[in-house]
Amino acid sequence: MENKTEINAKGKKGTEALLKVEDLSLSFIQYASGLRQTELKVICNLSIQANRGEILAVVGSSGSGKSLLAHAILGILPSNAKLDGKIEYDGQELTQKNKEDLRGKEIALVPQSVTYLDPLMKISNQVIGAVEEGKEGLMKKLQREIFQKYDLKPDVERMFPHELSGGMARRVLVSTAVMSSAKLIIADEPTPGLDEKTLNETLSYFKDMANKGCAVMLITHDIEAALKISDKIAVFYAGTVLEVANVKDFKNDGENLRHPYTRALWNALPQNKFQAIKGHQPMQDEVVDGCIFYERCSKKNELCSKGIPQFKKVNGGVVRCNNVS
Amino acid sequence: MLDNAKIPGFIGKKILRLISLLLVVSFISFMLVQYSPIDPVRAYLGEMAVSAEHKEKLEEYWGVNTPPQEKFLNWAGSLLKGDFGVSLIYRVPVTDVIKERFTASLALMASSWLISGILGFVLGIAAGMHKGTLFDRAIKTYCYILTATPTFWLALILLMIFSVQLGWFPIGLSVPIGVTAENVTFFDRIEHLILPALTLSILGVAQIAMFTREKLIEVMSSDYVLFAKARGEKGLDLVLRHGIRNVALPAITLQFLSFSELFGGTVLVEQVFSYQGIGLATVAAGLKSDVPLLLGIVLISAVFVFVGNLIADIIYEFIDPRIKQQESTI
Amino acid sequence: MSTAVVNVNRSLFRGLNLRQKTLLIIGFTSLLLLAIVVSSLFIDGESLSTDFGSKNLAPSLEHPFGTDWMGRDMLTRTLEGLGLSIVIGAFASLISAVLTIILGLLSSAGKTADSLVSWLVDLALSIPHLLLIILISIGLGGGAQGVIIGVALTHWTSLTRVVRAEIKQLKTQEYIHISRNLGKSKWWIATKHILPHLIPQILLGTILLFPHAILHEASVTFLGFGLSPHEPAIGIILSESMRYLSAGYWWLAFFPGLSLLIVVLAFDLIGENLGKLMDPKNAHE
Repeated sequence: MENKTEINAKGKKGTEALLKVEDLSLSFIQYASGLRQTELKVICNLSIQANRGEILAVVGSSGSGKSLLAHAILGILPSNAKLDGKIEYDGQELTQKNKEDLRGKEIALVPQSVTYLDPLMKISNQVIGAVEEGKEGLMKKLQREIFQKYDLKPDVERMFPHELSGGMARRVLVSTAVMSSAKLIIADEPTPGLDEKTLNETLSYFKDMANKGCAVMLITHDIEAALKISDKIAVFYAGTVLEVANVKDFKNDGENLRHPYTRALWNALPQNKFQAIKGHQPMQDEVVDGCIFYERCSKKNELCSKGIPQFKKVNGGVVRCNNVS
Repeated sequence: MLDNAKIPGFIGKKILRLISLLLVVSFISFMLVQYSPIDPVRAYLGEMAVSAEHKEKLEEYWGVNTPPQEKFLNWAGSLLKGDFGVSLIYRVPVTDVIKERFTASLALMASSWLISGILGFVLGIAAGMHKGTLFDRAIKTYCYILTATPTFWLALILLMIFSVQLGWFPIGLSVPIGVTAENVTFFDRIEHLILPALTLSILGVAQIAMFTREKLIEVMSSDYVLFAKARGEKGLDLVLRHGIRNVALPAITLQFLSFSELFGGTVLVEQVFSYQGIGLATVAAGLKSDVPLLLGIVLISAVFVFVGNLIADIIYEFIDPRIKQQESTI
Repeated sequence: MSTAVVNVNRSLFRGLNLRQKTLLIIGFTSLLLLAIVVSSLFIDGESLSTDFGSKNLAPSLEHPFGTDWMGRDMLTRTLEGLGLSIVIGAFASLISAVLTIILGLLSSAGKTADSLVSWLVDLALSIPHLLLIILISIGLGGGAQGVIIGVALTHWTSLTRVVRAEIKQLKTQEYIHISRNLGKSKWWIATKHILPHLIPQILLGTILLFPHAILHEASVTFLGFGLSPHEPAIGIILSESMRYLSAGYWWLAFFPGLSLLIVVLAFDLIGENLGKLMDPKNAHE
């Protein structure tokens, strides 16, 4: 409990927190072969917060449930999902009803690929989205302006999603969020498969949004891309966040990084030691009693196998590790 | 939207396909009928007793003693000239019989095709939107029962309720007896059409409703609907904007692919209601060994099914933009 | 998936989980079908003897399905007809399944063989099913064999398509490539690697063929191209009932047809639920 209040206090000290996620757990009820029911835990005890005017990157390997975090915040999880914990937006608790009211207006999602666009609908209609009667003209004008800004030619308006090139698709997806004038932008893997130029361009769009006062949550597996623009990096591992570090902590050998996993991630980068870490993340149906990183940790001790380490505030960041002081 | 360069090749391929299909179908059908152990003259006469002399005459008329190869070549030869031969039981050219009967059946098939298509689509969308509710379960149960229902039994039940008990509709024949063709009013035709069309419509709903329901659920759990939800779209607007748009084409395609079952259903329903269409002619031709008529009907039904598949193909290849998407990614 | 029976089960067996419910439905419906077949075998000629003293009776406790114009008990006739339908459906489905296996394996043999199979599928689908069954039945001189072969020759297409797609997918698998590189013959790969994977699919497909086979048999018999009028088939019973409709003897058509519907539904249920057990993807609904 003590740790949590500390995190909150930190939020007030720095820039103002727009989104707070506390102790979020997410599981799915599933049927395995032979119709035996199983429960699959994908997120457990996850806490993060996104501040106005800042970019928070949530970094973790592919398929570790990061997208589901975005879906949980937006309230678009499938019906067999079970969600626990607290999500607060602008000081107000986000219930499913609130989520439904706020999404698209206050909170916008930038999806990961062109499959998130209706294959049978023209691009301009999709970017504009569903609008109230009487506002069509205004929205059309806005869409034209945004397209011009993002260097999308007028003929893109009439295209179908499959006709877009990779870079075009990226800009179209970003422009859907800009249209909405939302204050919280959640970008789910917006950078895979992009060339250097398009990547930097896309990242700059998000930087722009943050500079205008939006809180941006950048969900990605690409730590290098995240480091280019983010203010804070949350390290996502096996359904939870192990550390929230400031960008400046990623320097040299990463001696300022708090968690062994974060350090290992940093060392695995090509420009550093290019050393991969041994082992793999625990499976979603594995039961882990202690620290979730226990199996792969080089500094583990007996305490680590008993109970999940609590969040500690260390040197301007937070970490879940017993061996850091 | 149409990719003009593709059209000539498409048409050519389809025409070739139709010709080869008809050739094989006519050959196989001919062989099946020709080598049937059923004595055609006996089948025609039924229980009727006739003199040996008369039977001989009939056998000649039926061509029992002509060698099969010669018979096939004769038949196929005149077929190429557009001559389907003369119906043995109706004693008029096969083309005339088919023209008259098929038109009557077409009215029946078209009306039930449309009604079942529209009703099925609407029910499917409604059920899919309310997935898991009592309403959805009711529609699903209804569809399950319908797919297990024998067509001719439902026809019998409707006939018993509406014609025998309530007396709302005539018991048989697609036109009143004793009225010449010119004097049959439009209303007469409609009156005889309603019950058979109702039977086929009720049964036809099941397949299209189930398909639409599944497809809508699939679409509603797609990435793009998830994104639309994330952007604040919801409820009926969401279904109208994204659901129907993406379900309509596959559903229409499926409805065109159902011509084969539609034809089968018509045969059964016409038998129960004595509706003077192609189905009744099929049964008569089959039972009484009217080979030219039966073969003519087989060919016509093959063309009918082919047309349905062709339209489905055209929707698939030329109208749905997603197909081009798949081609371009290959 | 939920059907009428599942709905009933929801309230009847609230304590059971989906797996138990599914197994229960399969067990119960199988038992019902088995009971019908067995009882149809033990019906002796006596209960079907004509008794003009009790002809054209409406349903009563003594004759739940009523009697016909020869005084025969309609329940007995219906049971016998259903038994016959199931047996014929079984034969036709089995022959269809054998055809599917042969054509499926043939299609795995090579490109030419595969296009031959797909051509055969197209051909069989080019004429309305019912018409094709009628043609084949005529070609074979009608009767039980005509119907069985007719139904069998028209129902293999859907399952063959599934099997072909499955084989295509299997052939991209690593271990098939390895076998091929090890110099195993096509026949060896087909029977040792591909066939075992297909057996569950084919089993389920065969069960799902049953309802179609039974309905088509009844339809063709009803039209007069199937079983002879002396057989106690449902199609015959219903076609006879046509003559007594205007007299108001509704039970002659109503109960036999309804029973056929229930049998067909039972097969559907077994197939659907077995499918759910094998592939739980859609069980969340």
